[in-house]
Amino acid sequence: MTYREAARAAMRKALREDPRVFLMGEDVGGYGGAFAVSLGLLQEFGPERIRDAPLSESAFVGAGIGAALAGMRPIVEIMTVNFSMLAMDQILNNAAALRHMSGGQFNVPLVVRVATGGGRQMAAQHSHSLEGWYAHIPGIKVLTPATAADAYGMLLAALRESDPVFIFEHATLYPLEGEVNEAAPLADITHASVTRQGKDVTLITYGGTLGKTMQAAGRLAEEGIEAEVIDLRSLRPLDSPTILASVARTHRAVVIDEGWRTGSFSAEVSAQIMENAFDDLDAPVARVCSAEVPMPYAKHLETAALPKVEEIVDAARGMISRHG
Amino acid sequence: MAEFLMPQLGADMSAGKLLGWRKNVGESVSRGDIIADVETDKADIEIEVFTSGVIERILIQPGEKVPVGTVLAIIRREGEVAKGETPLAPRVAPSEAAPAKPVAPVLPARPSVSAAEPKRVHVSPVARKAAAELGIDLASLVGTGPGGRITLEDVQKAAQAKAAQPAPVPELDRRARMRQAIAAAMARSKREIPHYYLSTAIDMSRVMAWLTQENLKRSVEDRLVYGVLLLKAVALALHDVPELNSLWSAGKAVQLADVHVGAAISLRGGGLVAPALHNTDRQSLDELMKNFRDLVQRARAGSLRSSELSDPTITVTSLGEQGVDAVFGIIYPPQVALVGFGKITERPWSSAGQIVSRHAITATLSGDHRVTDGHRGGLFLAAVDRLLQEPEKL
Repeated sequence: MTYREAARAAMRKALREDPRVFLMGEDVGGYGGAFAVSLGLLQEFGPERIRDAPLSESAFVGAGIGAALAGMRPIVEIMTVNFSMLAMDQILNNAAALRHMSGGQFNVPLVVRVATGGGRQMAAQHSHSLEGWYAHIPGIKVLTPATAADAYGMLLAALRESDPVFIFEHATLYPLEGEVNEAAPLADITHASVTRQGKDVTLITYGGTLGKTMQAAGRLAEEGIEAEVIDLRSLRPLDSPTILASVARTHRAVVIDEGWRTGSFSAEVSAQIMENAFDDLDAPVARVCSAEVPMPYAKHLETAALPKVEEIVDAARGMISRHG
Repeated sequence: MAEFLMPQLGADMSAGKLLGWRKNVGESVSRGDIIADVETDKADIEIEVFTSGVIERILIQPGEKVPVGTVLAIIRREGEVAKGETPLAPRVAPSEAAPAKPVAPVLPARPSVSAAEPKRVHVSPVARKAAAELGIDLASLVGTGPGGRITLEDVQKAAQAKAAQPAPVPELDRRARMRQAIAAAMARSKREIPHYYLSTAIDMSRVMAWLTQENLKRSVEDRLVYGVLLLKAVALALHDVPELNSLWSAGKAVQLADVHVGAAISLRGGGLVAPALHNTDRQSLDELMKNFRDLVQRARAGSLRSSELSDPTITVTSLGEQGVDAVFGIIYPPQVALVGFGKITERPWSSAGQIVSRHAITATLSGDHRVTDGHRGGLFLAAVDRLLQEPEKL
């Protein structure tokens, strides 16, 4: 099934199995969601549980927080991460902080699904990758499913958490096919996975750039460079031990992140490698990030702004040999 | 201009360490002057110059060890005009051990780094750590990583290369190095030279009688020892069989007009040297005695001169004092003969149909069969015998 269908299947399963679960967001009902993830759910579960929200991220995220505090298991969909800025006060000052501020009396078992990323000519207000900002916030979990299996498994696992979980779904992934085992046990949402094994360089990425990174690893293999690919899966908590163990084997790392370079999540990964694996490094950590511009609309400019397979190949090759 | 070279002070010398200069640039030197001191495996040697002139330039500094034949200094001959400062790099002689192969210059291998601006060597963290663990000197590596950075792979390759090499030989003391030098020369001799050995017993009664008479006339310090007569007899006998006074060079023997007998002198603490008594055949016994005594003293003090070590044309070794009957010695390349003497003993001697007691010595010849045959060797020993029967003529 596709990534989109996997997310829908997970929601359907949760809605069927747990009466506390409901979906809320802009156009999630009659329209079936901006990315058609919830298509058909309104017909199956009715308007009480598939709720179209007004155009106010602050209001419906706040309502989700309230429902979670009251014992429900809300799934809130935010159309794009750019729009989530309108709900930032609710997220940072309420969702992430209430357990701490109440001395543990309250917790917020809220799941927020957010579409993220560029590559679809949706321009600067719909295309940014700001999940790194969320990973900065203690008190929430930040998941970045890169496969259909994770889109399915992570959502169900997130609904079992007692604190807010943000799931960033890269919008280019929705139509991608992948194997999903609906009978699999609850997904692990705390560990990274090594998607490809290699000994020469570690390529670290997550979400929408996993595909480009795997392509780059394939190209590098043709040149005799064996790249290991790590899919971080969760940005908070970050599975540092998996990263460090890989760097200890390969001695080189490239971090691929669709966010802007300055202050990006790739900067955090790089810093942790420097702090904890300095003596394992054979080269400075390299990063491949998006150009530091608002995402252009024009196709060729958008392509130029986003991380490219060739850039990943060049970065890896360049740290292995000066002749590269 | 003349080149002043690191001399070869014997077949076992491949390189020498310059200890110091006795003359500076601009100073005059005359043929025969000692102008430098060189440490060889055997001894510290005073090096003479064979050109008269002025030291134009010094190319090798004290402390440097260079192969034999390396230009140490340039000497401007008398009458020559000083040249402009043309850059002249030290020309290092190819090693004699492997003459056919191109030899890497034995120059300091360290990259020349300006002292004023020390250049930081870029080393990756893991390479630095590995180098410390594996005992690799980072300064000796050339980085192949981006920007010339030394990488883990560079260190690992160096470690593999190091492991493949034999363990570094610890610096040997003088005695051990001399032993090695002797070992190399003697092994080469036995490997390359087809030795033949002849021996003959020589009646020494006339020598002993003459010597007793002669020494009665002399003060204690001027007395002669019989060894000097043996040296002189050998030198004169070479006039009869001059082929034995040759050096083997480039596949053939080169016969020499001058006779420089090398006298084997054992050193305290082990080892030996066989420095030349120049023109042995032309020295009087008194001169020989004086020079021989001087040579023994200087050999044991470690202050021989370069020509004394490089010039011998034949070696005489006498082990009479050690009580041996006869010496079957190994020829010292590139010489082609070695004469040995045992001790003088009173022994039964058949003479004119009667057995009498005579003082006699066993003389031996170790000959290089590539150069001479037993027939010529026999004539040589016969000549030595004949000469020793007329000691007054020596």
